[in-house]
Amino acid sequence: MKKRNLGLALSAVLASGTLLAACGSDDAKKDDKKGDKDAFSVAMVTDTGGIDDKSFNQSTWEGIQAFGKENGMTKGNGGFDYLQSKQDSDFTTNINNLVRRDFDLVFAVGFKLHDSVEQVAKQQKDAKLAIIDEVVEGHDNVTSIMFKANEASFLAGVAAALESKTDKVGFIGGMEGAVIGGFQAGFEAGVKAANPKVKVDVQYAGSFGDAAKGQTIAKRMYDSGADIIFHAAGGTGNGLFTEAKERKKKDAKADVWAIGVDRDQYDEGKVGDTNIVMTSVLKRVDIAAKDVSKLTKDGKFPGGKTITYGLKDNGVDLADSHGAISEKTMKKVEEFKAKIVSGDVKVPELPAKK
Amino acid sequence: MSKKWISVLIPVISIILGLIVGAIVMLATGFNPIDGYIALWNGVFGDSYNLGETIRAITPYVFAGLAVAFAFRTGMFNIGVEGQLIMGWLAAAYVGYAWDLPNGIHAAVAIIAAAVAGGLWAFIPGLLKAKLQVHEVIVTIMMNYIALHVANATINYLSDGKEKTETIKESASLTSNFLGELTDFSRLHWGFVIALAAVIVMWFILQKTTRGYELKAVGFNKNAAEYSGMNVKKNIILAMVISGAFAGLGGAMEALGTFGNIMKMTAFSGIGFDGIAVALLGANQPFGVLLGAILFGSLKNGGLNMPNEAGIPDEIVSIVIALIVFFVASGYIIQLVLTKMGKKNKKNNKNVKGEE
Repeated sequence: MKKRNLGLALSAVLASGTLLAACGSDDAKKDDKKGDKDAFSVAMVTDTGGIDDKSFNQSTWEGIQAFGKENGMTKGNGGFDYLQSKQDSDFTTNINNLVRRDFDLVFAVGFKLHDSVEQVAKQQKDAKLAIIDEVVEGHDNVTSIMFKANEASFLAGVAAALESKTDKVGFIGGMEGAVIGGFQAGFEAGVKAANPKVKVDVQYAGSFGDAAKGQTIAKRMYDSGADIIFHAAGGTGNGLFTEAKERKKKDAKADVWAIGVDRDQYDEGKVGDTNIVMTSVLKRVDIAAKDVSKLTKDGKFPGGKTITYGLKDNGVDLADSHGAISEKTMKKVEEFKAKIVSGDVKVPELPAKK
Repeated sequence: MSKKWISVLIPVISIILGLIVGAIVMLATGFNPIDGYIALWNGVFGDSYNLGETIRAITPYVFAGLAVAFAFRTGMFNIGVEGQLIMGWLAAAYVGYAWDLPNGIHAAVAIIAAAVAGGLWAFIPGLLKAKLQVHEVIVTIMMNYIALHVANATINYLSDGKEKTETIKESASLTSNFLGELTDFSRLHWGFVIALAAVIVMWFILQKTTRGYELKAVGFNKNAAEYSGMNVKKNIILAMVISGAFAGLGGAMEALGTFGNIMKMTAFSGIGFDGIAVALLGANQPFGVLLGAILFGSLKNGGLNMPNEAGIPDEIVSIVIALIVFFVASGYIIQLVLTKMGKKNKKNNKNVKGEE
């Protein structure tokens, strides 16, 4: 506290006039905080994708909003709020700002915030932090939230194998590594479990933002006889949708399908009255955000732990197919889902080495 | 009104005008401008934490501004500060984590490595300009992209496919517990002292050394400089290298101070480009650059607090901050108005006297 006063004095030297007003508002804020102590509050910091990125930032915010609504909270101090990061250097400041506003729980979205979360966790022992899609170890005040994308990918593989008329399906990955490897491993295992005769054509684009490359790969796969392609490649996947839509436009009866990723990408696949998106592998970040908020509110903050969301907790799932997947296939998908949930089927986390 | 008064009044009036127009924007979009500006103020000076973060944000802007200004003074547009800064960032981070050196020396070596990396990156456009008259604007812009992707590829290689390099060793770090505790755990680091020193170094080079005089002479008039026996080509290359070295130092601040590593970047940091505005705001004078950087860094860091404290969305904050910078940059218009008003007043005074 002494140090803080010293700093205040420092700033007083720098600028004398308006400081009085600033101090006044500071005091008011402190009073506010005291009043809010009883009520539970939650906030989040986005990565540079922004709050409306149609991906995990947006999902997290939707989860927080839903949680706030259920608990009669309002946006702002003592309720729920978010801060956007424009640059990487904003992460730490934003997390700190929210912690200072006495939010009981602060979500940090994305692996890029790893270092900032670690740093703030070390300095602000009373703060409760949660990081999404990344593991921060060794801090009792940080919860790490991960998703078993391989399980939902398995179901996508089952659906693709049973719906394929050419007995050939494709997988487009963003960058090779543990994260996307999970999608590939699940998808391949699902295809194999449903129909071992179906071949999976796997190719990585080496980028999450190269739609042109995504389209080239999709074109090659469709040309070589694949009729359903699953992508786990972020922006690169947009090329897949472009290629599939073009083919559908030329020939309305063409059997071209794409499977989306992370959120329901149905809107990306519209071609006139039809749609080329068969389903999407969902990562329910919103459910996870809601869950962890609820736990924390009830005084059961899972600090120092990594929570992994799978099919069991509805943390990952397949999106509504809008009728693109036949009922017969859906039955089979549900069967496998039940088996994975019960533990009868174990989904590999990494693709088999060649 | 005397000239001295005008030169003090102009920046004050421009900032006030910027604030007023910014307030109108906030009012028009349904936000309370008073709350907004209190939040901005608190974000800059509000408490020791914010003050520390503000100084931290100012530091790289000082270097970026100096880099652009130095090249300007020698008659060149160094648009490549961003790229040179990234190369300096990379070099400092690498030396910081991969080398083992004693306390103090390690940081110094990492900082020098950053300056060398930035300088080398600027040497290429300097050489092309001096030997082949290739315009430095094109080369430096393109080299920004090369730097971005070369850095990403190098990080990928160094870290075995991870998103960032290892964290630098304690001995290379510019952060300090003392500063951290003083400012309530802000990321303030010793870099601001180096930034102040750099301001003085640039002033010294330009004003007190023969070399600096030559560099300025080349900037004023290349042909005249050559006619009077100066080696224009050598001076062009040297100017670019020094400019790049300043930019590289800015990168070292990020590597050794703010972040402690370098991560793959999907887009430019923006510091290098803002450096152009900082240099122009500061009229390419070292101490002017310092003031420009203080304005930029304060607004950038204070702006973060506007959504935080007053609930004003980032987009509106960006517009308000751009307006303030815009009015400061267009100080010339205000100068024109002021001098005209001054003349009118004099006339009026004379008339009054005449009537008497």
